[in-house]
Amino acid sequence: MTTFLSLEPIRVLLYLVGICAFVGGNAAYLVLAERKGAGRIQRRPGPNEAGWAGVLQPLADGLKLLAKQVLVPPGSDSLLYRIAPLMVMAPPLMCLVTIPFGDTVVARNLDIGLLFVFAFGSINVMALMLGGWASRNKYSIMSSARVVSQNVAYEIPMLLVVITLLMMTGTMDLQEITAQQSGGFWNWNIIRGIWDFKAGHIGANLLMPVTFVIFFTCMLAETNRAPFDMAEAESELVAGAFTEYGGMGFGVFFMAEYANIVVGCSVATVLFFGGWQSPVGFLSGGLWGVGWFLLKAYALIFTVIWVRWTFPRTQFYNLLNLSWKILIPVSLFTLMLTGVLIKVPQWLHHLR
Amino acid sequence: MIASKESLPSAAGAGDVDHPTRSPDAPQETFVLNLGPQHPAAHGVLRVLMTMDGEWVQRAEPIIGYIHRMHEKMGENRTWAKFLPNTSRIDYLSAMHYTHAFVGAVERGARIEVPERAEYARVITSELNRISSHLVWWGALLLDLGGFTPILYAFDDREKILDLLEGLCGARLTYCYYRFGGLYNDVDDAFLKGTRDFVRHLKPRLRMYRDLVTDNIILRKRLENIGPISADMCRKYGASGPVIRGSGVAYDVRRAEPYSVYPKLDFQIPTYPAGDSMARYLVRMDEMEQSLHIIDQALDLIPAGPYQAAKVPRVLKLPAGDYSFAVEAARGRFMVRVVSDNKEVPYRVKLRTPSFSNLSLFEEASRGMILPDALAMMGSLDLVIPDIDR
Repeated sequence: MTTFLSLEPIRVLLYLVGICAFVGGNAAYLVLAERKGAGRIQRRPGPNEAGWAGVLQPLADGLKLLAKQVLVPPGSDSLLYRIAPLMVMAPPLMCLVTIPFGDTVVARNLDIGLLFVFAFGSINVMALMLGGWASRNKYSIMSSARVVSQNVAYEIPMLLVVITLLMMTGTMDLQEITAQQSGGFWNWNIIRGIWDFKAGHIGANLLMPVTFVIFFTCMLAETNRAPFDMAEAESELVAGAFTEYGGMGFGVFFMAEYANIVVGCSVATVLFFGGWQSPVGFLSGGLWGVGWFLLKAYALIFTVIWVRWTFPRTQFYNLLNLSWKILIPVSLFTLMLTGVLIKVPQWLHHLR
Repeated sequence: MIASKESLPSAAGAGDVDHPTRSPDAPQETFVLNLGPQHPAAHGVLRVLMTMDGEWVQRAEPIIGYIHRMHEKMGENRTWAKFLPNTSRIDYLSAMHYTHAFVGAVERGARIEVPERAEYARVITSELNRISSHLVWWGALLLDLGGFTPILYAFDDREKILDLLEGLCGARLTYCYYRFGGLYNDVDDAFLKGTRDFVRHLKPRLRMYRDLVTDNIILRKRLENIGPISADMCRKYGASGPVIRGSGVAYDVRRAEPYSVYPKLDFQIPTYPAGDSMARYLVRMDEMEQSLHIIDQALDLIPAGPYQAAKVPRVLKLPAGDYSFAVEAARGRFMVRVVSDNKEVPYRVKLRTPSFSNLSLFEEASRGMILPDALAMMGSLDLVIPDIDR
């Protein structure tokens, strides 16, 4: 049995099905979680009619969306209009291939995992732009333009932060990055950056918590989540790039948003919070690891939901200013700081 | 820092970093954006025909009339009393003030003395209505800015006001509580006690709103220096209410043309000189506190006695003449002018509504703003579309 499951084609197929099921089910139930969370924040119960406490609500929503016709507005570019939802869904699925959910639970561990994730993560913006462009709607086109400039602005600090972490970890292999953070929460990168307990000397980046905040902010902006949801600014641009989409066309965009959140939070978990490592040092192998990973990732996801229902939306130029004037300089500074903190002790060592 | 003036699209300037202008080299192409009549930010059936230059508004022309219901003409073919319920449908969010103006104009014409108790009750209910109206505005503005949660808190508080007023007159929104010479119904002890409880309840809530929402940096960035309206522009377009008070002019009908028992009550007129959207926001937030203060005093001062003037004829005939009565409604100065030719039916009913004037300055004030700012400014004007179209 074990040998059968570990056959390469079978393994690939299983992971493919697993990832698709995970993304689909996760998106459906994150929508429910979001609505329930919003309900809690707004002092109301949220959806509670379909099934026990509303657990069947995603099913009802999904069926309703599936049953609706996907209308292609006259005069739109019908090919691009249909391709866009596919393009928005594919990148997060690809990213999940290399995310290590546990010490053995990873579809394909790649040496360049981190690069892979960010390479595919960037395609997302193209899909939103295409969708908005092909819709032939003024609101959608304005939204497309916003999405592009927003993503360009936020890609830079995000990648600077990632480079900072790369200098610290010395590898792009997500499994190895996780392995470096074993042994308890004090060894997670967010603390290891300040003081390396394993090596017993100062860490590579004293501003690690700030780095994490920058990463998290950029992730919110990249996934077009409030308070940076310029793509779907419903009080300004009706529904932004998705204005003309109906039925499952819209549903796929919606699912992709949640899939992107999962990818973003998973990467944050791996990079800053030790991936599947246990916070106490033991109970970290096998299914425990998967449990820890999901716990950490979902804690971040709930933070994302919490932020959305707490803050008003930023204005577009404030958003760009935040990136160009605060996030990029600060992340450049942390990058330099990391370089200094890594190199100076090495020189000192050589001198001795 | 002032965005709307310096960033006129035609002006070739670098602009402020926070509010950059278009590049002078960019091609001079514009497109027309029909904002509304079905648009989430229009709060009703307002249509704004926007000539856009990219994200910049070059010209925003409000097109009104989608829910015109001919209230003024209706006034000319029904008796004085039969027109009374119409007034509360004009601005459904501040119905008390609107009925007050019409009732006041008729009382002036018919020389009806209103008992003291009724006047105090009118002040209490009017101020409650002002608070409920401002709460709706507050929630809706935050909704325009993309904050979803505040409106549910605001409606939670507003619900309490609606319950109180429902207990008095049976209506929750379009009240017809004031009658010629007094009230439909006496204010009972349950209402007075409930109002006291509500005042106690809302004070800490307003503090919470200030801490959670007003001081939020995103909100401040969205409203400060956005859509400045000078006092001159307010005068030019006849803007009133929180809009003119947000431009530093302490004009309040309750003080400028005192009516009811307002002269006996102590309250301040909150003004902010900045004239930006934040100033209008803060004026309304302060007004809610002032309204609570007025209610507090009125509850202490309300005398016992009749709530309705004796001998008001069932079918009124106003002596020939021209009578007007202005009130400070939640959105500004609302005035009813009635002309009587000594018949049972008015000769003319003229309604001067504040939202109409407040909207008319939008075209000038929004020039050169970017779309989200223009909509934030529109939200800060607190428009009620039936009040514009009436």
